[in-house]
Amino acid sequence: MNRSYEIMFIVRPDVEEADLDKLIEGLTGNIVSGGGEVKAAEKMGRRRLAYTVRKFNDGFYVLLHVLAEGGLITEIERRLRVQEQVIKFITVRMDEEEKRLAKVKALRDSKVKRSALPAVEAVAEAPAAAEPAAAV
Amino acid sequence: MNMADETTSTPSTEVQTTSTPRPAGPRPPRPAGAPGGAGGRKFFRRKKVCKFCTEKIDAISYRDVRLLQGFVAERGKIVPRRLTGVCTRHQRKLSQAIKQSRNIALLPFAARY
Repeated sequence: MNRSYEIMFIVRPDVEEADLDKLIEGLTGNIVSGGGEVKAAEKMGRRRLAYTVRKFNDGFYVLLHVLAEGGLITEIERRLRVQEQVIKFITVRMDEEEKRLAKVKALRDSKVKRSALPAVEAVAEAPAAAEPAAAV
Repeated sequence: MNMADETTSTPSTEVQTTSTPRPAGPRPPRPAGAPGGAGGRKFFRRKKVCKFCTEKIDAISYRDVRLLQGFVAERGKIVPRRLTGVCTRHQRKLSQAIKQSRNIALLPFAARY
């Protein structure tokens, strides 16, 4: 079963732009060949680190949205750990969160619909109907 | 929600209303957040509301440094719920996000002084 993950990693600041692209390319290749899917790869640019990591004070942040199995994720993490250029990484599982957000959104949409309908016939009732929605 | 607005009245007016004999009729609503009874309180503290509930922010992501920064003290500590007014549910998500954010060096564990 494929799950969605976010993999964010920091590349040391002294690598070239071309090397960074190559690194992302290589990781993407690894994921795809392992049966996963890279939905988006985002270079967030050079950023100051909040604390010193391996004697570096800034680094390139890269974010990958990945659809993969748990086994593949451990493999990718192992590769990241081995990579000399990657100084820090974090993997966050997102599918549970996405499911929760979809549920909240659906709930909110259904509430808006109900309060919008009686507003046409009775204006006085509308604020009373809108208030429980605001409280949630 | 309406109650909170009425309780924002200054303490001086409140003292006056309680000292004068109350006219017969419906009793005015008591302040919701403040402890009732003898006025030991010097000033009224407004009831805080959860930022995430009122602004309907569902996702608290570790990437949103701007948002998280507001709930982190100067030295990098997570600000307690009792100071920020965030509800329990969102505080749990928030602390999770702050910890993830610290892990990837977006937020400090402890700010250098």
